[in-house]
Amino acid sequence: MSGSALPTTAVEITAAVKAGDVTAVETAEAALAAIEAGDGDVAAFVHVDRDAVLGHATRVDAKRAAGERLGPLAGVPVAIKDLICEEGQPCTCSSKMLADFRPPYSAHVSDLLLAADAVPTGRANMDEFAMGSSTENSAVKTTKNPWDLERAPGGSSGGSAAAVAAGFTPLAVGTDTGGSIRQPAAFCGITGLKPTYGRVSRYGLVAFASSLDQIGPMATTVADAALMLQAIAGHDARDATCLDEPVPDYLASLDEPLTGLRVGVCREHFVEGLDAEVSKAVLEAVEVYKSLGAEVVDVDLPHSKYSVATYYIIAPSEASSNLARYDGVHYGHRSEKFDPQNEDLVTFYERNRGEGFGDEVKRRILLGTFTLSAGYSDQYYNQSLKVRRLIKRDFVAAFEKCDVIASPATPTAAFKIGELVDDPLAMYLNDMYTIAANMAGIPALSLPCGFTAGGLPIGLQLSAGLLAEEKLLRAARMYEAATDWHTRRPA
Amino acid sequence: MDAAPKSDAPKVGRDDVAKIARLARLRLEEDELDRIWPQLAKIVGYVEQLAEVDTDGVEPMAHAVERTNVLRDDVPVEMLPRDKALANAPKNDGKYFLVPQIIDAE
Repeated sequence: MSGSALPTTAVEITAAVKAGDVTAVETAEAALAAIEAGDGDVAAFVHVDRDAVLGHATRVDAKRAAGERLGPLAGVPVAIKDLICEEGQPCTCSSKMLADFRPPYSAHVSDLLLAADAVPTGRANMDEFAMGSSTENSAVKTTKNPWDLERAPGGSSGGSAAAVAAGFTPLAVGTDTGGSIRQPAAFCGITGLKPTYGRVSRYGLVAFASSLDQIGPMATTVADAALMLQAIAGHDARDATCLDEPVPDYLASLDEPLTGLRVGVCREHFVEGLDAEVSKAVLEAVEVYKSLGAEVVDVDLPHSKYSVATYYIIAPSEASSNLARYDGVHYGHRSEKFDPQNEDLVTFYERNRGEGFGDEVKRRILLGTFTLSAGYSDQYYNQSLKVRRLIKRDFVAAFEKCDVIASPATPTAAFKIGELVDDPLAMYLNDMYTIAANMAGIPALSLPCGFTAGGLPIGLQLSAGLLAEEKLLRAARMYEAATDWHTRRPA
Repeated sequence: MDAAPKSDAPKVGRDDVAKIARLARLRLEEDELDRIWPQLAKIVGYVEQLAEVDTDGVEPMAHAVERTNVLRDDVPVEMLPRDKALANAPKNDGKYFLVPQIIDAE
């Protein structure tokens, strides 16, 4: 919608739709036109169902015409990561395994978005089954970073991030298991929030690593992220891990600066492997907080250096179990090559899974099968669960001294497509700053805090204690209000 | 398991990966195996650094936000109707999921 007279943020759009200044259909048409014009280059979407999009928008306009009260996301186009079920739409997880899958029901989040009168606007590309940090692991297409089409948008929610950064939709839904909202948000110069584990129901979300997965908003402003979180947070009995805790009004106090804010900075975050330009931008952001009256305190997170190793035991272990369901019997890819005369049942499953999954998914299933296998589970899996508790304890201690912790979101700005694809371990280290929040279950977000000399966005990560989203968003808004990085858009 | 010294952890070789693939019901072609096993060996080598962390007396943490006994009322709800449940099956006959015959008919 950039370049037109239509409002661009979700807050503005929903206000304009409610006031009758613009219709939901006009807004949806603008989003579809922007996708039509730009997505050939960016490749953020794997599927856009024009009729369904306009159908949702028409219903919103009809509600208004009938004098009904409109929801908090009235008429706002929202890109949906292709692993959150919407009945009637494909849900491929960007995998050959689910190429033809049509979910028989909708995710709780999809229901809530419709109840809020949002307009789901397409299925966003992702790393296959959310495993990756560049969206290059998609079996469908490779999404480009709108700031530089030769660079990766990050991942796994790379399609969602690129859709927002390119101005196709003001909002997108992402998921974050080890940084999959925050890392692409940082790479694409937008704001992405991973809420507290259990804050948002995962009913109807295709599972990757169930003790870590969380759904969250991706947006161009902190207020838009807060607006979406408000709509999707809350208890749902269909997800046993979903927290039955009241949802605060995230927008009511958003613009009020926090007095006596204590910003924690951890020395261990500014070590070898961190790009000098990213380091400088993040430390300058800390100075901005100082200038706003915040107190900056040193905190220790001595076990954070083990987060990546811990993650690459826990997440693959859970994935190897979760993805066991894809056997080609009830749904998913079934091989044509199976020979029932000469091959056994195990070979039937092996062929279905061997053809249906890509390299990264295979690597993680193999890794998880290994770390859980007899003889190794104590050494790897149980040890990783103990280190996970130590990581969490570090945060509990740190948040006694500060309200939020400021750190880089990623060690570098966006890398080139193809640069890391043959070196999985180097790719994994991209998540060195984001994973710890998933381990501890705490909320964390990334927002724009500068650009490299080459014009690539840099992300500031802020994290806070369990269920402290209100404080986290207010702290983020303080920085956003004092800077203009978030207003810059790719050419 | 045997209390093998942590520093002596076995490296993952090509044959190990082939065996794990069988356990995981994943068919790997020879070229895939050639490509993937050294990557896995490198990743396993990396995660082995966790052995150096002193975790004596630390309880394993299985979930991010630890809650116990999450209960709900046991109320019957509508289940997925058969046609919807079968709709995504690679093969079905309208009543059942169809799979290749793997048990000898005799």
